[in-house]
Amino acid sequence: MINTSEQILDVEKIRQDFPILQREINGKPLVYFDNAATSQTPKAVIDCIVDYYENKNANIHRGVHSLSQIATDAYENARETVRKHFNAKSANEIILTAGTTHSINLVANGYSHFLKSGDEILVSAMEHHSNIVPWQMLCNKTGATLKVIPMLNNGELDLQVFDDLLSERTKMVFVNHVSNALGTINPIEEIINKSHKVGAKVLVDGAQAAPHLKADVQALDVDFYTVSAHKICGPTGVGMLYGKEELLNELPPYQGGGEMIAEVSFEKTTYAGLPHKFEAGTPNISGGIAFGAALDYMNAIGFDKIADYEMQLLVYATKALEEIEGVRIYGAKPEKKTAVLSFNIEGIHPYDIGTLLDKMGVAVRTGHHCAQPIMSFYKIPGTVRASFSFYNTISEIDVFISALKKAKSMLS
Amino acid sequence: MSSIKTKQEDIIEEFSMFDDWMQRYEYMIELGKSLPIIDEKYKTEDNIIKGCQSRVWLYAEMDENQKIEYTADSDAIITKGIIAILIRVFSDEKPEHILEADTDFIDEIGLKEHLSPTRANGLVSMIKQMKMYAIAYNSQQNQA
Repeated sequence: MINTSEQILDVEKIRQDFPILQREINGKPLVYFDNAATSQTPKAVIDCIVDYYENKNANIHRGVHSLSQIATDAYENARETVRKHFNAKSANEIILTAGTTHSINLVANGYSHFLKSGDEILVSAMEHHSNIVPWQMLCNKTGATLKVIPMLNNGELDLQVFDDLLSERTKMVFVNHVSNALGTINPIEEIINKSHKVGAKVLVDGAQAAPHLKADVQALDVDFYTVSAHKICGPTGVGMLYGKEELLNELPPYQGGGEMIAEVSFEKTTYAGLPHKFEAGTPNISGGIAFGAALDYMNAIGFDKIADYEMQLLVYATKALEEIEGVRIYGAKPEKKTAVLSFNIEGIHPYDIGTLLDKMGVAVRTGHHCAQPIMSFYKIPGTVRASFSFYNTISEIDVFISALKKAKSMLS
Repeated sequence: MSSIKTKQEDIIEEFSMFDDWMQRYEYMIELGKSLPIIDEKYKTEDNIIKGCQSRVWLYAEMDENQKIEYTADSDAIITKGIIAILIRVFSDEKPEHILEADTDFIDEIGLKEHLSPTRANGLVSMIKQMKMYAIAYNSQQNQA
């Protein structure tokens, strides 16, 4: 088992690419299992940011001087890398944002001009707060009604109720591709198809899917898709909003400022075309360029290999975890989710487990994972979430499991 | 030395006997288990301090000697252990002494991280709430 998993990827070599994986925490080698919160950054991406400030730094899209052109080319090349990765038809459909939350708010703000009382929007019960709150705000503003696609005990969405909720009143549907708290991979193809049949638009939050699988926005026929670079080996503060060109053209701009205009006078301003209409102000230039570098890095390893390898980690960890008495794992079976284990040990608070694991060098997330409705569903205060990445190893899982047993014995 | 300061010094001395983090935490877990639990009737929404990670309930009463008695609880045992330490220090003290005291001793016993606001375990707000009770009882006394 250990041998086969190591063979899919040369993990030891990959680990050399990540400077932070060499450090210690509380005197122990770092075991980083909080990848669903943010991924670590390979040297290639760090170097790209340094190179930008050492060699390319200039404001983009506005200078006639050479340096500005170099920076602009690098930024637009990154946009093209992102377009290619998600297979969008045109670079006009790739808005570089500050991340998923920003992307969702951009769309929610745009639709506040179109929705009215009597309209309905559907949101799944397993969303991150950032894919709930903007829509609640949108409903408050427009009088539209928010309805919830419930979840089942097995951590999957109740698609029968979804069918019943869909009607010609449904204008928009919001669902994550992968749940951040549980790792469930949602059947977004089916959700998109059915939603389109009633004329509803679909926004898929791809923040948790992007590190593990490559979404093809054309094949999915999704209307909007959002991603944060920092979950896929890129820097924080940058991300993507994909939107179908005709839909983005209809949406009014989100923020006013420089970059997003064609002509300005005090009587009337005309807006720039896509994608710049939604990119007011000087963007996170180095971040955008590094976002491209991060995708290049992950594609060089290969998403198929990453998925296969992470599945082996997940299966191994699930089996080891299930052998500990009192463990309850929340969510779907390994084959229906990404490399996330959300669990509790009977009678022990997740905060206590997380605190003791940290003392032993193991970083996990504890709490409600910004998905309180899921915790309410299971009637728990939170869970311990261990989330794996392609640079994690079987031996790190062994360290985690033995640390967990130690924590359990201290707390029981 | 004030009674609060003496209690803090005692705690620092107790913790200095531990060789490593594990003994420290085992002791805290023990303290957490032995914490006199808050009377169920005070475990109300009014008395809850919501942290993102763990929840804390706190209640305070003034006894006949004009000293404040705190009782508290938490759903996480390590949080409870720290509550037990804080209650030992601040309970059975006069409001004015509670208001003068600080919590620097927590750093000295190696538990500083638990009082970080980013930890979101409710303890920072709990200390604030303990002081609020002291302010309230203090002004009550001054009015009387």
